[in-house]
Amino acid sequence: MPTVTMNVNGNSVSAEVESRTLLVQFLRESLRLTGTHIGCDTSQCGACVVHVDGKSIKSCTMLAVMADGCDVATIEGLASEGKMHSMQQAFMDNHGLQCGFCTPGMVMSALDIVKRNGHKLDEATVRKELEGNICRCTGYHNIVKSIQAGAKAMGD
Amino acid sequence: MYEFSYHKVASVADAVAAMSAADDGKYVAGGQTMLPTMKHRLASPSDIIDLGGIAELSGITVAGDTLTIGAMTTHAAVAASAEVQAMIPSLAQLAGNIGDPAVRNRGTIGGSIANNDPAADYPAAVIALGATVHTNKREIAADDFFTGMFETALAEDEIITSIDFPKPLAAAYMKFENPASRYAIVGVCVAKTASEVRVGVTGATTCAHRGQRLEAVLNSDFSSAACDAVEIPLERMNSDIHASAEYRAHLVKVMAKRAVDACA
Ligand SMILES: Cc1cc2nc3c(=O)[nH]c(=O)nc-3n(C[C@H](O)[C@H](O)[C@H](O)COP(=O)(O)OP(=O)(O)OC[C@H]3O[C@@H](n4cnc5c(N)ncnc54)[C@H](O)[C@@H]3O)c2cc1C
Ligand code: FES
Ligand code: FES
Repeated sequence: MPTVTMNVNGNSVSAEVESRTLLVQFLRESLRLTGTHIGCDTSQCGACVVHVDGKSIKSCTMLAVMADGCDVATIEGLASEGKMHSMQQAFMDNHGLQCGFCTPGMVMSALDIVKRNGHKLDEATVRKELEGNICRCTGYHNIVKSIQAGAKAMGD
Repeated sequence: MYEFSYHKVASVADAVAAMSAADDGKYVAGGQTMLPTMKHRLASPSDIIDLGGIAELSGITVAGDTLTIGAMTTHAAVAASAEVQAMIPSLAQLAGNIGDPAVRNRGTIGGSIANNDPAADYPAAVIALGATVHTNKREIAADDFFTGMFETALAEDEIITSIDFPKPLAAAYMKFENPASRYAIVGVCVAKTASEVRVGVTGATTCAHRGQRLEAVLNSDFSSAACDAVEIPLERMNSDIHASAEYRAHLVKVMAKRAVDACA
């Protein structure tokens, strides 16, 4: 079996995987980082979004072996010293989640949106950018508000 | 997904060698079509040969009036490229509207045209812009590349290396998208060069193709009104849960008109 080595949330990890092991399976099952979710088998829902070498990707649609040697960032790496990241806090403050299943992917996508579009985000931009993240609960309204607020807080 | 042997290769020559050594090998680029297909067990290759490590296959260059995009260049890179935006802005726009940001960070132009999904966006532009597909073996004109549903002129072990796009006088791509996947229910690309108008249509039938009836009228009168007179034949139109044949035929005309107006 191939061995993969990657840097996940700042920690170097190495493990044997099957070639067919998806990155999301590696994160959840080998590393027990279960914050990254699996919501579909069609690569459409975005519950599994993580960052690989700084870019948002669907970890259900990338093999673990493809991420060999890469830097991977997951939802677990955001909080520091017991304090939530501003984007996580914004989701809490703006009621941006109900069941919470889509939230890790939403937050990881949100950070990518801020990175590419800056801290002043209009509603249309956020909605377009969220095309790959599906939420079954909220109706998106408060997610959009959360991301706008989180983006602003990150710039302050 | 069934297990397979995974090969990360550093050159086109190594990729071809790995393919010829494999029982039933498949190249993988961004994996945004390949991996979902394998998850559903619609494909179960014995070997996966990852083109992701071949540096020479990605990148965007301009020489004179030709824009060259490496096969492994992601949709996100095409969308964000200053060169593409300057040479063929509609191509950057097309790439920026494929799927969603995470798909665009992995999916590649080579993978998209090699896959030739009947609803994919790039084929319409490759056809309308009269692009040339370069492979490790030869060059293939856009008109000869897309041969049928998920079928192309590529041989089993042939690798797309880059695609050349000549700069048009004007070009625009308009799609009526599926709201869930963003694939084109119908997409039309119109390109005007010094010598002719070319129209590429995707989503409408089993394979992207030239819109010859639209081209015929647009070559003599480049206006959206001219498109009204064109009869779009129903026989070859796809009909599925997303749209009937009649609706698709109607959309071809509407998207063509919007594209012509956007060229003006
Ligand atoms: C949720 C979602 C939404 C999407 N929405 C859209 C959309 O709106 N519009 C659209 O057009 N597409 C859409 N796609 C498809 C996406 O654009 C894919 O990236 C693309 O179809 C395949 O590119 P890839 O690089 O991922 O190829 P892969 O999946 O890796 O490969 C696809 C096929 O091409 C072959 N191949 C790849 N590269 C080469 C090469 N260089 N030479 C020879 N053969 C090669 C492979 O062997 C395989 O058979 C979507 C995909 C997803 C998951
Ligand atoms: S689990 Fe990855 S997109 Fe749904
Ligand atoms: S909060 Fe339940 S799916 Fe989004």
